[in-house]
Amino acid sequence: MNKLLVSPSPHFFTRTDTSAIMFDVILALFPALIAGIVFFGPRALIVTLVCVVSCVAFEWLVRKIMKRSNTIGDYSAIVTGVLLAFNLPPAIPIWMAVLGSFFAIIIVKQLFGGIGQNFANPAITARIILLASFGTQMTTWSKPFGYQGGVDAVASATPLADLYWANPWDLFIGNVSGCIGEVSALALLLGGIYLSFRKVINPLVPLTFIGTVFVFTWMLGENPVNHILAGGLMLGAIFMATDYATTPPVLGGKLIFALGCGIITTLIRVFGNYPEGVSFAILLMNLLTPLIDRIPMVNPLGKRKKGGAA
Amino acid sequence: MAIVKNKKFLNGAHVPHHKNTNDSQTLPLPVPERVTILMLQHMGAVCEPLVKKGDSVFVGQKIGESSEKMSVPVHASCSGTVQDIISYTTPQGISCPAVVIDTDKLQTMDPSIHKPEIQSKEEFIAALRESGLVGLGGAGFPTFMKLNYPHPEKIQQLVINAAECEPYITADYRECLESTENIVRGIQAIRKYFPVEVFIGVESNKPKAIEVLDQATRTLDRVTVVELKSLYPQGAEKSIVYATTGKVIPQGSLPADCGVLVMNISSVGFIGKYLEDGIPLINKRLTVDGDCVTHPANLLVPIGTSIQDVLDYCQVPQDYVKVLMGGPMMGIAVSDTALPVVKNNNALTVFSEKGAKLPPETACIRCGRCISICPIHLMPAKLEKAYDNRNTELLQELCVDLCINCGCCSYICPARRHLAQKNQLAKSLLKQRQVKERKTNE
Repeated sequence: MNKLLVSPSPHFFTRTDTSAIMFDVILALFPALIAGIVFFGPRALIVTLVCVVSCVAFEWLVRKIMKRSNTIGDYSAIVTGVLLAFNLPPAIPIWMAVLGSFFAIIIVKQLFGGIGQNFANPAITARIILLASFGTQMTTWSKPFGYQGGVDAVASATPLADLYWANPWDLFIGNVSGCIGEVSALALLLGGIYLSFRKVINPLVPLTFIGTVFVFTWMLGENPVNHILAGGLMLGAIFMATDYATTPPVLGGKLIFALGCGIITTLIRVFGNYPEGVSFAILLMNLLTPLIDRIPMVNPLGKRKKGGAA
Repeated sequence: MAIVKNKKFLNGAHVPHHKNTNDSQTLPLPVPERVTILMLQHMGAVCEPLVKKGDSVFVGQKIGESSEKMSVPVHASCSGTVQDIISYTTPQGISCPAVVIDTDKLQTMDPSIHKPEIQSKEEFIAALRESGLVGLGGAGFPTFMKLNYPHPEKIQQLVINAAECEPYITADYRECLESTENIVRGIQAIRKYFPVEVFIGVESNKPKAIEVLDQATRTLDRVTVVELKSLYPQGAEKSIVYATTGKVIPQGSLPADCGVLVMNISSVGFIGKYLEDGIPLINKRLTVDGDCVTHPANLLVPIGTSIQDVLDYCQVPQDYVKVLMGGPMMGIAVSDTALPVVKNNNALTVFSEKGAKLPPETACIRCGRCISICPIHLMPAKLEKAYDNRNTELLQELCVDLCINCGCCSYICPARRHLAQKNQLAKSLLKQRQVKERKTNE
């Protein structure tokens, strides 16, 4: 007689597992990577590969040291690596990129328990640590297509410094200075549409984030079109404000999160010392997520109120 | 009356259908050498055997009865000799006696079986009890108890469940096509004593059943065939009541408290048939299917036939590793194929090693899919943590008792967390604590 396997129901599972979701995110990041390589040359690809390889290596190493199961198979370290690289200027020294990966994977992600347990977005936090530590290198921008003239790193202002007069078309396709993955709004939107279509993210989250920035900058007399196209807003709104681990899991909470991100981004951009506010906004809202989660937003059907009646 | 497409549905999962047996007409299973008839095939009290070793029994003879209110009698499905009365443990872990009958293959009917004579509502309910009918959808709730509701005047609607949302199973679908007349007769019989409005809910992936039922009920007043979205679990009681009547059943209430009776289509069909010939519930239509079944089929199986006999008849290859009583979403995995078929079985789903493989559990990534898929709007990820911390207060606050165990959360979880399973554990933990508290208060 056969030995029968006994387990509680259900006995059927969807094919979409964690690695399939992460794979979708990696695919969605490809257009922006290609845009980065087109505008900033092979250096963009090198920085991205360094970040990815070092993130995966750190993840493998730290899990080994902590005697935990190997988790590089869920591809989340690859996603972190790509997102970190996308938040770095193309001319960044390689060792700094490796240091950023160290912070992202070991300090922010694994020390708090690994995938799903980190309360702050690893890529964003690593970027902020690098920005606070190496202000010059983190704000030395390469000119788009500068690599073709044989000049690798040319100090140049980002459009955020002179936002009002920037050309919106250049901002849209990404023909501006900036971090590797943030310049092309078009490429990022393609990724966002793919993720929405695959139901990996809820498009309402980036729409709320971007919409809030648009409305508030417009009310404050700024150029709202350039505000939503420039800097890290598209990258942050589509790929980081939709991160599962560090944002609320319920739609209502997600929208509060996105609204908060939009308001803080606008405040920093318009009134703050930093030209860019997206990273700080997302990190601040990451910290507020446990509080947002406490707001009861899901009402079980048929729940009786205390005291009796339904 | 008419086909209605409803727009309001409770959430659920798009599970694969695998309805391979849609066109498999029901074949009678040849009478097996031996049947083992459990004295507990329903929700309620265990029956006492009415026969002893060596007795000869007829088909349809009552062989088990209980004096408890919440119970239904059990009947012999085959004629023959009582070989023994043994003690048996059901897959749910409950011990009960079982009557083992060595069959004579003659299938001699009990001479006392006759068309029931019914003049009043009380006689109708009593006849249903005598028929041994339990809810054939799965839970096995005695049908007469549903009709014995203390405030019958409150009951205004009858929801007939023909959703059949579980993958593989087509037993109810075949009932719709093969026993249409019985279903109509059943509806008329119930309406004679309960003047209810009738809704028949069928998932949209069964257009033929919808058409046949609509044709058959067109002349009846206040009967509506409701086309449901093909979204598991539309056949869950709370889902189908919501989809057809728009009513939400509150915590701790029966559908009848909201004025709704819910019955499976096969139960209604059985009532129609029983009122004609008086033969109690002794056979059950089973869908036999699964990833390693080469000859999937619908079979009319005498209750008490061992699962092994059914699998042998279907020539199921020997390499299976998992056998489910029911479908893959809510079915019970059995540990032994010697287990007999019971009244509320509607399928045997058999899986090879590949299909039975359980994906390894990984860390929750907080994606929120379990929350957005839950038909009852629960938060399985939060419930899991509350259960792990044995936080009964939070479990109560989050209403784990409302969970219908449909399994959507476990199905959709990309980290393969055992969410539905934890909910079940949490429910029993909550019950234990409540009983304990009540005792200390007293």
